[in-house]
Amino acid sequence: MVSANRTTQEVTVGENFTLNFGPQHPAAHGVLRLVLEMEGETITRADPHIGLLHRGTEKLLENRSYIQGLPYFDRLDYVSMMCQEHVWCLATEKLLGVDVPRRAQFIRVMYSELTRLMNHLLWLGTHALDVGAMSVFLYAFKHRETLMDFYEEVSGARMHANYFRPGGVSRDLPEGLLEKIAAFNIEMVAHIDEFEALLTENRIWKQRTVDVGVLTPEDAIEMGCTGPMLRGSGLSWDLRKSQPYEVYDEMDFDVPVGKNGDSYSRYLVRIEEMRQSLRIIEQCIEKMPKGAIKTQNFKVSPPPRNDMKNSMEALIHHFKYFTEGFHVPAGECYAAVEAPKGEMGVYLVSKGGPRPYRVKIRAPGFAHLQGLDRMVRGHMIADVVTVIGTQDIVFGEIDR
Amino acid sequence: MKLWHIIRQFFLLDMIQGFSVTLKNLFKPKFTMNYPLEKTLTSPRFRGEHALRRYPNGEERCIACKLCEAVCPAQAITIEAEAREDGSRRTTRYDIDMVKCIYCGLCEEACPVDAIVEGPNFEFATDDRSKLIYDKDKLLQNGEDFEIRIAERLQKDAPYR
Repeated sequence: MVSANRTTQEVTVGENFTLNFGPQHPAAHGVLRLVLEMEGETITRADPHIGLLHRGTEKLLENRSYIQGLPYFDRLDYVSMMCQEHVWCLATEKLLGVDVPRRAQFIRVMYSELTRLMNHLLWLGTHALDVGAMSVFLYAFKHRETLMDFYEEVSGARMHANYFRPGGVSRDLPEGLLEKIAAFNIEMVAHIDEFEALLTENRIWKQRTVDVGVLTPEDAIEMGCTGPMLRGSGLSWDLRKSQPYEVYDEMDFDVPVGKNGDSYSRYLVRIEEMRQSLRIIEQCIEKMPKGAIKTQNFKVSPPPRNDMKNSMEALIHHFKYFTEGFHVPAGECYAAVEAPKGEMGVYLVSKGGPRPYRVKIRAPGFAHLQGLDRMVRGHMIADVVTVIGTQDIVFGEIDR
Repeated sequence: MKLWHIIRQFFLLDMIQGFSVTLKNLFKPKFTMNYPLEKTLTSPRFRGEHALRRYPNGEERCIACKLCEAVCPAQAITIEAEAREDGSRRTTRYDIDMVKCIYCGLCEEACPVDAIVEGPNFEFATDDRSKLIYDKDKLLQNGEDFEIRIAERLQKDAPYR
């Protein structure tokens, strides 16, 4: 018996073995399945298997009118909902050639930044929890709850808002909301300091993140990384600065850039991004103009309810809008926004008619995930969790 | 800088800094709610369980124009309609598959007579999926149960629509 044991030991020692990480693993952020080839506890190859959350969004969009397609974008990256809606609206507006009223642009920018805050709070909480810090998670989720209340007040849903519309936003901000956001904004500055007090200097946090998952600037470009992943490696590239959309060119904010390209740099970048988001939100509240919140071209946006009930023409527009949808002229375009995770883009092809001919969604997480193998090679298995956390992976957008 | 780093590491200052945050938060008022007993406030725009409304005189609002059915991105609504004995057009069947529904609120926006609304109720979880396929009776019943709250929230939100 003893000798039999010894022989099996002799065979396994020094041999590579394969480990399935996920898809049920709580640290795998949803449905990531990683096949890890290991030598002892060191990873020699990481092979992400994707597709477990594939819903065929791109194909579904071909059979939906442009407004019907909008809710599907909430569900791509389901922790930064309005940013995804934003890119769909921008793409549609580009082909339609409609102008968005200034107030709508400010509301959109403000909500994009609230979304960025919301996304980074979730990222911070779960990443810290994966690495072993419990209290950050509780505090981050507390503030995220307040942000979801802001979502609910404008759109009626805590997460899947369906709020931005081609040509503007669906409804105006309710009275008193701006004051609430302003109050939250002031509080949040102190709360971000709290997160930093918990993590930035913490020795365990540093041991777990410094020099883990290093991504060189060359690798980052090669892999098509965008957003904090790219900026963490020291490259200053932010679509809000380099090709400003909406009113970002009027906003005064900085683009934080990391130094070492490791998980710790990316953590610092994201923390600073949260502060910059607060700055942008503050400016939006200050400058918020009065006026219309959606285009007055009622071919592409529904007329006000009161008009619809009293005017025949408005009723016709209403019926046309909600049954057939609006016709988008033939053509193709690419629109992109700086989503919290990176460049979120939509390539839209229209052959005329109320439905898109083809939609390609460029999800930032997809590009980041392909860099996972390079980032975890040579690390221990516990570092895989850190790297997945630092990439801020959400499977809704990767599998689409 | 180096010396300060060593002192900080030796005297666990980074840990103390962190613990001071948690200690401070320990004495802050609780943010969590005692859920079934306490509930968070929902805004007038909240999109919860659907309901079909009636006019104050008891006549059902829905005129079977099928706008909601047409706009529903998840195709969760099924409507069949024919003329009633008195000649007015009404639905004979109005089903919403609550499992398919994505609660986007487009049906409510599309409805020209404010018949279908997404009400304030979010507590309609069941142990049986078949109970989540709502028929006309169930939706009208919801309308009766929540009419006061629905009317209130519609009135509050009316200036923004």
